[in-house]
Amino acid sequence: MNRLTTLFQHKTADVLNVYFTAGFPQLHDTVPILKSLQDAGADLVEIGMPYSDPVADGETIQRSNQQALDNGMTVATLFEQLQDIRQQGITVPILLMGYLNPVVQFGVEKFCQQCQEVGVDGVILPDLPLEVFEREYQPLFTKYGLKNVFLVTPQTSAARVRQLDGLADGFIYLVAAAGTTGAQTDMNADVDAYLRRTKVLGLRNPTLVGFGISDAASFAAASRHTTGAIIGSAFIRLLQNTPAEGQRQAIQDFVAGIRPVPEPA
Amino acid sequence: MTLTAPSPYRVDASGYYGPFGGAYVPEMLYPNVEELRDNYLRIIEDPEFQQEYKQLLRDFAGRPTPLFLAQRLSAEIGTTIYLKREDLCHTGAHKINNTIGQILVAQRLGKKRIVAETGAGQHGVATATVCALKGLECIVYMGAIDIERQKPNVDRMRMLGAKVVPATSGSQTLKDATNEAMRHWISNPTDTHYIIGSVVGPHPYPDMVARFQSIISAETINQLLEQTGRATPNFVLACVGGGSNAAGAFYHYLDEPGVRLIAAEAAGQGVNSGHSAATTALGKPGILHGASTILMQTEDGQVTEPYSISAGLDYPGIGPQHAQLFATGRAEFLSITDKAALDAAFQLSRLEGIIPALETAHALACLPLIGATKDDVVVVCLSGRGDKDLATYTKHLEEYS
Repeated sequence: MNRLTTLFQHKTADVLNVYFTAGFPQLHDTVPILKSLQDAGADLVEIGMPYSDPVADGETIQRSNQQALDNGMTVATLFEQLQDIRQQGITVPILLMGYLNPVVQFGVEKFCQQCQEVGVDGVILPDLPLEVFEREYQPLFTKYGLKNVFLVTPQTSAARVRQLDGLADGFIYLVAAAGTTGAQTDMNADVDAYLRRTKVLGLRNPTLVGFGISDAASFAAASRHTTGAIIGSAFIRLLQNTPAEGQRQAIQDFVAGIRPVPEPA
Repeated sequence: MTLTAPSPYRVDASGYYGPFGGAYVPEMLYPNVEELRDNYLRIIEDPEFQQEYKQLLRDFAGRPTPLFLAQRLSAEIGTTIYLKREDLCHTGAHKINNTIGQILVAQRLGKKRIVAETGAGQHGVATATVCALKGLECIVYMGAIDIERQKPNVDRMRMLGAKVVPATSGSQTLKDATNEAMRHWISNPTDTHYIIGSVVGPHPYPDMVARFQSIISAETINQLLEQTGRATPNFVLACVGGGSNAAGAFYHYLDEPGVRLIAAEAAGQGVNSGHSAATTALGKPGILHGASTILMQTEDGQVTEPYSISAGLDYPGIGPQHAQLFATGRAEFLSITDKAALDAAFQLSRLEGIIPALETAHALACLPLIGATKDDVVVVCLSGRGDKDLATYTKHLEEYS
């Protein structure tokens, strides 16, 4: 069974999804970071496929994308790096996040097939329109057992949220507030109201909230009305500021700091 | 401006031109794009809108612009050349046709703030101008490199009250200014309208901008008829970065197969020099800034950094309608080097007393290449004036003295 499906069957609260950019800070950091995140207790991991023009992302992630591209990262290289990870004991669900053009140039069916081969569970493509997904991509995603994750924002109408929920089969990615990734949003009353409003819709998919989550307080606030939360830019900043030899411990500390493990009774 | 007959070169009900177009936007932009898509035709076809739009084009922008018979240039090239003088529009280029239209759309959508991107600064100035006219806040993103090379336009925008924000990511030119403007729009979704300056971006922008620019071909038809007794020329020439002046100059001739449509792209230092912006020569189908189009990119789908001496043509894509015109062969795309554009700019200046924008000079440089004979009638869209490019021209004055 798809690992995302299994995860959400067993865990319905405080799910932590961490995003990082493939090939950043160094080209061959992808798998070590993935392993460190799994060992630190992240529930799922979102690997960014770097792109030259990531318009939905803020400055932090764009810079990491550019650095990864300068390091030589490509979609093909990423698949090579992920080739044997499932045999190497990586069990955490994996999502690939990226923009449509590199996927289209790689070949959509080949991309889906490679995802299945290396054990990628789902995909987030922010600039893939719902209509195009429905018309052209859904059959391929289904064929290769790949889940598609849609974004929802505070401006998305209830009717469209329901439409997206109907088409999605991984989770719904709730964008906490207007803005690109990394924008410093407080978990304020507006966000709280939006998350409550979404909860009341009774969606069939689990919900993870992202954009502006950077610490234990914002994670806890965001998770109150959702299945969990996504951390991206704050984690990229950590990687940026950590020397290679301290990376594993820093990741351990970061994840522990976001979601403190309760002391055993 | 309303079209009745379906055409393979015009947008279909889903927002596509053949395989090109569409609205590939992140969900954060979906409501804005949807709002525009659901309202733009109703708004611009409204008689009150049309009345205000036409009045502003006439009394504020200075339309109709002349169609000028360039006699000395005609004699030099050996054909009959008419220049559609968009350089005589208020603010110095065709860009104002679109910004007047979009500011009226934005007002009717209840928007309070305008964001725009600009390359050469012409669209930024045109946007800042209409924002001043209508009292709306204006933020213009411009590549840091372009801010350096088009300083007079930066100062004009500031004098008009706009905030000019440097785009420091990527190649620091038009592509990155567009990314930053889109990000700004994502962060301010309800009260901001994004005035895209070219026929690029998600549907309905390419169609909306082309409609506002179609005043160019609409006037050309009448003026040509008046001056020559015929409404259709043999050739229409225009430069293409994103392609808005070309979209406007071609608009009413798209379904006239007897009119050869010629689009000039910037080959920079040469198509294969690695310093070029000749999209159709170097690109392939891809997705950028919300549309499926033809795009300069690496094998891995990363957008290539373009180069052109003219900031307005320094863009790695073209509008989706142009992609379709190229793919179907309806328009011919020529690659013009920096050098050929400079030659043409100095030629026009000396022969006709008109200093063209560097962008326009690329269209003029096509004149000797199209095989026009003395019996042919050629219309060149003189999209803008060259005052803004004086610093660049000055560097080459000695070569042409």
